[in-house]
Amino acid sequence: MDKVQDNRAWFLIIPVFLIVAFSAVIPLMTVVNYSVQEIFGPGQTFFVGTEWFEAVLKDDRLHDALVRQIIYSLAVLAIEIPLGIVIALGMPGGRSAKTSLTLVLLALPLLIPFNVVGTIWQIFGRGDIGLLGATFRAIGIDYNYTNNSAHAWLTVLVMDVWHWTSLVALLCYAGLQSIPPAFYQAAKIDGASKWAVFRYIQLPKMRGVLIIAVLLRFMDSFMIYTEPFVLTGGGPGNSTTFLSQYLTQMAVGQFDIGKAAAFSIVYFLIVLLFSFIFYTIITRTGEGEKK
Amino acid sequence: MTLTLEGVAKRVGAEQHLHPLSLELQPGSFNVLLGRTLAGKTTLMRLMAGLDAPTAGRVLENGQDVTGKSVRHRDVAMVYQQFINYPAMTVYENIASPLRRQGKDKAETDAKVRRTAAMLRIEPYLDRLPAELSGGQQQRCAIARALVKGAGLLLLDEPLVNLDYKLREELRAELREIFADGKTTVVYATTEPQEALILGGNVTVLHEGRMLQTGPTGAVFHTPASLECAQVFSDPPMNVVDAILTNDRVALSDGTGLPLSAHDRNLPAGPCKVGIRANHLTVLRRNERLVPIRGKVALSEISGSETFVHLRHGDTTLIAREEGVHSHPIGSDIQVYADPDRIFVFSAAGQLVAAPNWRRGALRNIA
Repeated sequence: MDKVQDNRAWFLIIPVFLIVAFSAVIPLMTVVNYSVQEIFGPGQTFFVGTEWFEAVLKDDRLHDALVRQIIYSLAVLAIEIPLGIVIALGMPGGRSAKTSLTLVLLALPLLIPFNVVGTIWQIFGRGDIGLLGATFRAIGIDYNYTNNSAHAWLTVLVMDVWHWTSLVALLCYAGLQSIPPAFYQAAKIDGASKWAVFRYIQLPKMRGVLIIAVLLRFMDSFMIYTEPFVLTGGGPGNSTTFLSQYLTQMAVGQFDIGKAAAFSIVYFLIVLLFSFIFYTIITRTGEGEKK
Repeated sequence: MTLTLEGVAKRVGAEQHLHPLSLELQPGSFNVLLGRTLAGKTTLMRLMAGLDAPTAGRVLENGQDVTGKSVRHRDVAMVYQQFINYPAMTVYENIASPLRRQGKDKAETDAKVRRTAAMLRIEPYLDRLPAELSGGQQQRCAIARALVKGAGLLLLDEPLVNLDYKLREELRAELREIFADGKTTVVYATTEPQEALILGGNVTVLHEGRMLQTGPTGAVFHTPASLECAQVFSDPPMNVVDAILTNDRVALSDGTGLPLSAHDRNLPAGPCKVGIRANHLTVLRRNERLVPIRGKVALSEISGSETFVHLRHGDTTLIAREEGVHSHPIGSDIQVYADPDRIFVFSAAGQLVAAPNWRRGALRNIA
C-alpha cells in the first residue's frame, strides 16, 4: 500500500499554473476587485459593495447596446452559417488546382487584421473615392454610413460577413470532405434527391463542425469592437455602439473603472450564458447524429 | 432479373481497370465475384449497378440495353464494405426509406420493415440510430435497407470485411438463407476463397482486371482453368512445384517421385507444373500412398483449429496443413506427405492439364 512519492509532477504543473494565473486568474480577480470599489485615483479607493452592479443593470444605454448586440449577433449567424454551408457545398472536391485556388481565396479574408478590414470598408464605402459608395451613388441610392444609422449598421454587418463567412465555409468543407464517397453512391442508388442527400447525409455529418462554427461566430461577433470603431467610432449616434464599444467608452473615455469592471463581469457572464444555451440547443437537436 | 454483360471494359486514362468480359447472370442466382484487392471486383460492380458507364461493351437487364441509363432509374440495390446508413434516421426509418420513395402505403411499409428487420435480427433496435448500434448491427441495417427495396439486382461489395471474425461467421451463415427468395439476382464480392465456398452458387474469378473463369463454385474450385485461378481460389496459396511428367510417375524438380493416379495417367510426357493445395500436403501420413517430402520449418501459423506449417524445401517454400494446434520450432526438420491422388497438373504455361477427380458432394465437406 506504499504510495510512491514523485515530486517531479510539480515541475510539470507549475509553469502551466503560473501562466494561467498571470494571464487569466489574476487579471480577472483584479477586475472583480475593481468592480466593488469606487476609485478616484491610486490609493483613493472606497468599498461600495454591489452598487456598480446595480448601476450597470439599470443603465439604459447599456440595455440599448445589449439589444443592438443581440440583434447583430443573430443576424451574423443567420447569414454566415447558411451562406458558409452553401459555399462549402459548391466548392470543388478532390486534389486539383481548382480546389487549392478556392481554398486560398477563401482563406484570404481570414488573414486580414480587423482594423485593416475596417479601413478597407471605410474607404470602400465612401461616396467620393470608394467603389461601393460611388456605385450606390451612381444608381441613385444615397448611401452614407457616416450619417445614416441603418447604413452604418448594415455596413458593419456586411463587413463581418465578408470577413468571417470563409471560416464557416472552411469548417463545413472539412466536415463534407470526411464523408466517404460510398454514402453518395448509396444515396444515388436509393434515388435520393439532392435535398434528401443534404438533409439526411451532409447536414448530420457536418453537425460537429457546425457546433464549433456557431459558437465561434457567436462569441466573436458578440465581442465585436474594432470594425465599428474604425468605421464610425460607434456612430452615427449610438447606432453601431455594441457592448465592447460602450465598455471601452465607460472605462477609457469616462474613466469609470469600477462601473466598467462590473460591466465586464456581467458581459463575460452573458457571453458564457449564450454560448451555453447555443451549445445545449445544438447538441440536443438531433442527438446521436454525430456519426 | 437476367443481367448480361457483353464485352464490358473500363479504362481510366491510360489504365485498363477492367479488360473486356462477358457474363450472364440468371434470375435468382447467387453469384460470387472472387478476386484479390485491385482485381476489379468493385469496378465490375459499379458497371453492373450503373454507377459508372463502361468504356466498351453493353449492359443488358432482361435483354434490354441499359448501358447509359442512370443508376437512379435502375432496379438495383447495393451494400458496401463501409456501413452506410442515413445517420440522422432511426433504423426503422432507414429500412423504410426505399419503400417511402416507392410510395408504398403505411401498412405495407410497416409490415415489410418489420419482416425484414426480423429476418436480420435487428427488430429490437428499430428505434435506435445507426451510430448507437454495433458494427454488425449497422451492417444488418444496411443489408435490410437493400433487401426491402426488392430490387432485381442486389450487389454486395465485401459486406463482411469490416466485421470481426465471429460476427462475420454468423452473418455469412445467415446470408444464403436470406437471399434465397429466388427472384433477386445477387452478386457478392469477396477476397476470401473460404467465403466463396461457404456461399456457394456461381463464382467468377477475377485477377488484375481480367476474368479468369466462371461457373458453379464447386466446379471452379475443383477444376481451376489455370494456375492463376487456382492461386486466387486457394487459401493458403497453392503449392507449386516444377515437375517432369513421365509415363510412370510425376518427378518433382527436387527428385521426389509421385506415382501416377487415375487423373494424371496417360498424359503426354514432358515438363509441367504441379499444384498441391495445403490440405493435401499433410504432416500426418493418412495412408501408404502418400509420398514423403522433407524440409525445414520456416514458420508455423495457427488458424482456428488447424496449423499451417511453412517449410523450406530446396529453394521453394511449401505450406502443409496439420489438424489441430501444434507448434514446430523454426529450423527443425519436418516430414510432410503429398497426396498423389490430389495433385493438379498444369502445363508449363500454367493451363490446367489434369485435376483430381471430385464428387459433386465433395464441396460440402470443405465448407
